[in-house]
Amino acid sequence: MALTREQLAQRVAQEFHDGYYVNLGIGIPTLAANYIPDGMQVMLQSENGLLGMGPFPLDEEVDADLINAGKQTVTMATGASLFSSAESFAMIRGGHVDLTVLGAFEVDCQGNIASYMIPGKLIKGMGGAMDLVAGADNIIVTMTHASKHGESKLLPECTLPLTGKGCIKRVLTDLALLDIEDGKFVLRERAPGVSVEEIVELTAGELVVPDSVPEMVF
Amino acid sequence: MSGFDKVVGSYEEAMAGLEDNMTVVAGGFGLCGIPENLIKEIKRKGNRGLTIASNNCGTDDCGLGLLLQDKQISKMIASYVGENALFEAQMMSGELEVELTPQGTLAEKMRAGGAGIPAFYTATGYGTPVGEGKEVREFNGRHYILEEAIQGDFSIAKAWKADRYGNLVFRKTARNFNPMAVTAGKVAVVEVEEIVEPGELDPDEIHLPGIYVNRLIQGTFEKIIEQRTVRSA
Repeated sequence: MALTREQLAQRVAQEFHDGYYVNLGIGIPTLAANYIPDGMQVMLQSENGLLGMGPFPLDEEVDADLINAGKQTVTMATGASLFSSAESFAMIRGGHVDLTVLGAFEVDCQGNIASYMIPGKLIKGMGGAMDLVAGADNIIVTMTHASKHGESKLLPECTLPLTGKGCIKRVLTDLALLDIEDGKFVLRERAPGVSVEEIVELTAGELVVPDSVPEMVF
Repeated sequence: MSGFDKVVGSYEEAMAGLEDNMTVVAGGFGLCGIPENLIKEIKRKGNRGLTIASNNCGTDDCGLGLLLQDKQISKMIASYVGENALFEAQMMSGELEVELTPQGTLAEKMRAGGAGIPAFYTATGYGTPVGEGKEVREFNGRHYILEEAIQGDFSIAKAWKADRYGNLVFRKTARNFNPMAVTAGKVAVVEVEEIVEPGELDPDEIHLPGIYVNRLIQGTFEKIIEQRTVRSA
């Protein structure tokens, strides 16, 4: 079975370490904040100028001056700090954020990522994604493995305009966890009940399958 | 106005001198911390052919989106255009020129524009459409592209509090692009929720010194929330 949104978020959260500063992109990455293990301290960076993002507010706590990068109302965690966008991207570009998690339309086995536009169809803009992928060493891309029509999004070469070049080393899809090493995808884990054959079938880029590919554990 | 007193009496006075085809640098992120009344004044004045540098372009009927309605903007320098149908439609039809700029690069372009730095190198955008046609240099084995600073004929920004000398204090994530935007304009216009007398703000708590501010006005704000998300108790 392909992972649900919640399971994807749970698997992302397994990459957190105590004391990590983490930037979570809009969508599934944001959900990972719900699965920070008890007793572990993780501080969430929101690129619009908040380090130490808390949960959504109670109705009476809603403050128009306090939002996250997805423009949702949020709260501040204990020990939070506030700053300008220039300061925010200084910490991102300067490599001070320990882990970045973001979505994508496509990745390829050279570590390239495309996530901000589909020419002629959709223009979202890159927001902070280009800065995040250029600034972070430790990035996880979360995405669906293939389109609804069964076309692989893990490619030999991205077809869409790039968000970043040669910067992605780890991809979590609804079917698998993969690393990118030496110009190849390496299959590390399978979603529970998903076969290696199924993953091979839906991976267009060169894929290395180690002898043992464990199922993800939640 | 006299001496260091930056306070002006009306929004008309605040935006006086803005002409067609000028460049305006604006603060705000989404609808958070936007200079909403200064934008309305630009709409009222009806200036056209404007180039606007701002992270977003508001929504269809709020913020800078108001200036799209009457096609007052000819060029937008922004990082994100999603969730704004008018923006996307005018961009797709070619009526609106858009320079998509990574968010951190945009913030730094404004900062550089205000700080006398004409250009800077960044790894952001190397190997992507953003880097096309830009100078590339290698430092310590990594590729960087040269990005140029942004300066505006005007800048428009929103702060929380100010003293009459234009010393500014921002509030929570409404700070965002505002401090850099202020510094990047030849005429920097700031609207605030409260103006106090000089000496009432603790100098240690001032986020942006009044030297960058030319005109200051107190306004009332709608503060529209784009995505009201709450948890239950």
